[in-house]
Amino acid sequence: MLSVSDVDVRYGRARVLHGVSLEVPTGSLVCLMGRNGVGKTTLLKTTMGLLRPAAGRVELEGEDITGLPTHQRVRRGMAFVPQGHVSFPQLTVWENLQVTLEATSHRQASAVEEALAVFPTLRPLFKRPAGFLSGGQRQQLAIARALITRPRLLLLDEPTEGVQPSVIDEIELAVRRLHRQAGLTVLLVEQYLDLALRLADSFVVLDAGRVAHAGPVAELHDESVRRLLSV
Amino acid sequence: MAALANQLPIGLSIAAVLLLIALGLTFTFGQMGVVNMAHGEFIMVGAYTAYLLQGAVGGQSLLVALPVAFAVAGLLGLLLEWSLIRRFYGRPLDTLLLTWGVSLVLQQLARDVFGAPNVQVTAPAWLVGGVDVLGVRLPHNRVFITALAALCVLGVGLYLAKLPQGRRMRAVVQNRELAACSGIATGRVDRSTFLLGSGLAGVAGVALTLVGPVGPGLGTFYIVDAFLVVVAGGLGRLRGAVLAALALGFLNGYLEFWTDASLAKVLVFVAVIAFLQIRPQGMVALRGRSLG
Ligand SMILES: Nc1ncnc2c1ncn2[C@@H]1O[C@H](COP(=O)(O)OP(=O)(O)OP(=O)(O)O)[C@@H](O)[C@H]1O
Ligand SMILES: [Mg+2]
Repeated sequence: MLSVSDVDVRYGRARVLHGVSLEVPTGSLVCLMGRNGVGKTTLLKTTMGLLRPAAGRVELEGEDITGLPTHQRVRRGMAFVPQGHVSFPQLTVWENLQVTLEATSHRQASAVEEALAVFPTLRPLFKRPAGFLSGGQRQQLAIARALITRPRLLLLDEPTEGVQPSVIDEIELAVRRLHRQAGLTVLLVEQYLDLALRLADSFVVLDAGRVAHAGPVAELHDESVRRLLSV
Repeated sequence: MAALANQLPIGLSIAAVLLLIALGLTFTFGQMGVVNMAHGEFIMVGAYTAYLLQGAVGGQSLLVALPVAFAVAGLLGLLLEWSLIRRFYGRPLDTLLLTWGVSLVLQQLARDVFGAPNVQVTAPAWLVGGVDVLGVRLPHNRVFITALAALCVLGVGLYLAKLPQGRRMRAVVQNRELAACSGIATGRVDRSTFLLGSGLAGVAGVALTLVGPVGPGLGTFYIVDAFLVVVAGGLGRLRGAVLAALALGFLNGYLEFWTDASLAKVLVFVAVIAFLQIRPQGMVALRGRSLG
């Protein structure tokens, strides 16, 4: 589904990713891991077209999308839930969902209903500006917004960060269902090891902007891998 | 006391002019952060459009001029965004110099095409004369401008609150990256924001032909006032712009009454600067837990 090969990414002079490659096969759930600041978010943003790599390629189902604008990647079935419960703060919850629906090519209002079926707690909050929601509520809104685009590939950047345990469970359940039942392909950034073990098929560990290890999820028990993740 | 009441409708009509010239700027400057010095020249373009149409159309040319000026100034604004400004987002100093340069070019163009002396647009017959409001004789043209300002604000308010295009515009302003990730073609939204903001400047230009002559320097005369209203109101806040225009309009009206026009302008300027020292975010600030 997604194939990233040899990407270099810089912020100004600082080189953050060094020849990173990554495969996300169709129907898989790949977990991207690594300590703070190793470049996980940078890799996801590059995949989404929010950052341009200085070198390397990004391919979606065999098509080179390295230079494609972000909104066209969304049209091609990619969705991204950024780190940190991001929303349009002065739009109401309903407007947050509606503005996304209006930008899709399918425009089917049923997509909103499907997303609300996953996170029913959002419905009573419809009229509230998103900026007034709690972090957990905003994260559910963010995932719901991504689902409205009817993605085939979902990129999640630390969806459980700073969210209370009961909402973590809801998010885990939602991701599991979407992956197992709806067949959604997922690239998940997650620091929480247990969650990665429960959800992922395989994982990739970044260290200082390079791929330090990649393998099936069972290898997460290896001592050498654990060392890459501990602070 | 009677004098106070007398100045009320005058203050209102000054407020209406301020609002019209500032409304478009709340989009290009307030929402998009482009210090758009060419805004004044889009007002001028609107005024000259009315001047040209009066020769071509005659009688009801004013009503024809409103939409035509919107289109002409709007397309110019779109062209400016597409050709130059979009390459300089996030670089306020560069866009300031750039749009200032564009404003000088447009002024010179106007001088070449229409000549340096002012020209006059004759108001249609139905705008000659006046009505009595609160015991004050108020000219029809002032009533017309006030109604036009109210209509424009209403239209813009509805556009932003109810229409999909307005929703998209707000989304892009609040979080550009997230908007792109939601599938919104942000570049296209930027262009339509400029179209709208500049088009409104054109409409303001048509209105200004009713209260004074038209010349290449028309925009220069109004640009500072427009920025004052937007900044005092709170960047990009429609409600703020309305409040600021009203406050500045009434202040100006009363000060003009007690002192004279040029001193009143200076005093209003000082008042706005003082106000911004106390409340840098303007009259209407953003609310919400986070801006992220
Ligand atoms: N906009 C930016 N400008 C300059 N440097 C940046 C920028 N964003 C991130 N960086 C740097 O790039 C490196 C990688 O950042 P990135 O956000 O990708 O890390 P991360 O793995 O997602 O970290 P975390 O686990 O904390 O989210 C860090 O050293 C960071 O300081
Ligand atoms: Mg990160």
